[in-house]
Amino acid sequence: MREINVKEITSAIKEMCITVNHDLSDDMKDALKKARETEVSPVGQKVLSQLEENLVIAKEKTIPICQDTGMAVVFLEVGQEVHFTGGAIEEAINEGVRQGYVEGYLRKSVVGDPIERVNTKDNTPAVIHYSIVPGEKVKITLAPKGFGSENMSRIFMLKPAQGIEGVKEAIRTAVSDAGPNACPPMVVGVGVGGTFEKAALLAKQALTDPVGLKTEKPAWACALEEEMLSEINGSGIGPAGLGGSTTALSVNVRSFATHIAGLPVAVNICCHVNRHTSKVL
Amino acid sequence: MDKKINLPITEEISQDLHIGDFCFLTGEMYVARDAAHKRLMELIAEGKELPVDLKGATVYYMGPSPAREGRPIGSAGPTTSSRMDFAAPTLLDMGLKAMVGKGKRTPEVLDAVVRNKATYFAAIGGAGALLSERIKESEIVCYEDLGTEAIRRIRVEDFPVVVVADCHGGNLYESAVKEYKRSANSH
Ligand code: SF4
Repeated sequence: MREINVKEITSAIKEMCITVNHDLSDDMKDALKKARETEVSPVGQKVLSQLEENLVIAKEKTIPICQDTGMAVVFLEVGQEVHFTGGAIEEAINEGVRQGYVEGYLRKSVVGDPIERVNTKDNTPAVIHYSIVPGEKVKITLAPKGFGSENMSRIFMLKPAQGIEGVKEAIRTAVSDAGPNACPPMVVGVGVGGTFEKAALLAKQALTDPVGLKTEKPAWACALEEEMLSEINGSGIGPAGLGGSTTALSVNVRSFATHIAGLPVAVNICCHVNRHTSKVL
Repeated sequence: MDKKINLPITEEISQDLHIGDFCFLTGEMYVARDAAHKRLMELIAEGKELPVDLKGATVYYMGPSPAREGRPIGSAGPTTSSRMDFAAPTLLDMGLKAMVGKGKRTPEVLDAVVRNKATYFAAIGGAGALLSERIKESEIVCYEDLGTEAIRRIRVEDFPVVVVADCHGGNLYESAVKEYKRSANSH
């Protein structure tokens, strides 16, 4: 058994909130650079170079990449040999978010109640997903989510007979409805299978996969990712929705077993500011 | 075409603007988003005076991140304009001349743009750090209790935007997407 003081979780989350909002992962930066080189529209090229310049300014001058620094989504994978000490884990996570957003000059975008809508002023609570895994490590993944793109996400409960064509149509629908609102070029997270909530969770997790990851997934999923990426980039929406050949940087699919009677498909749309970072304690 | 524009936007300037023009705005504009628009519409419904002067004004749909010491404002990119569609036609009819945001608008808003010889610009969504640097001053006008959603007055210099709906009825989101759509049989 390994003891971990929850203070370690708090300080890791605090630091991750700040860094992830000022610096994108290398795979996202590479994807943007590649997009600028292949974009056919002059307006689109201009937009993409503004986005690259934005990333440089954000990092050098410590200004958040986007003013919507998101609602904090935390995935906590806890080794089953771990014992947390020093307090409640959920409070420790929220304390990390609180410190990160307040001390890091990040925007507080969370209201405490969806109807009464009073800002909590410290961006808490986070949305937390726990899982128990073998071992004695703790892996924290933080993925703050902006709502311009979150609002354009969809879930579809398809019939099994609709098959892969139904999945494609679901992705097409979500992306074309999202259009310029989701700040394209987008990253499209797709969850196929499971139950209603499992599909949504898979789609969210897929957004944290590196761009172009092709391991650990069935052949149909790899083929679907490539076909849909090409099709989406032929939609004409383009960077910022102003027309062009770069509408998405990546389509990431995750799948799970499902029921004989169903085919749930969730499409979680993310913008080019696809922030995610992980740390293992 | 790149154009440098000094705010406020007048009818003459609007008539000279066409979808796809890249513009660099210099001057003053208001910043307001969801909650502030809700309050403005409530005041209008009650027939009360507004805390802002709409005549010839430009509004930027934005809610910044907090400013670090020595800076006027934090990250400052556009938010989705469609959430302000409920208020935009009324505000345009009352004198608002330009809106800066991102994303599509309803036909009612686009009609009001044409009717009032106004302009709808898009700033590049997710370029909040770059746009922040073009904002030179910022002060809260009212509704400080709304935090990031308070109404602000900002002074911008060479603030980069693109005309996405003009007073001639043009709509870049429609026309540009058509232009770059790969035809079904080419792939
Ligand atoms: S959708 Fe993404 S890039 Fe656009 S405003 Fe929201 S967080 Fe920023």
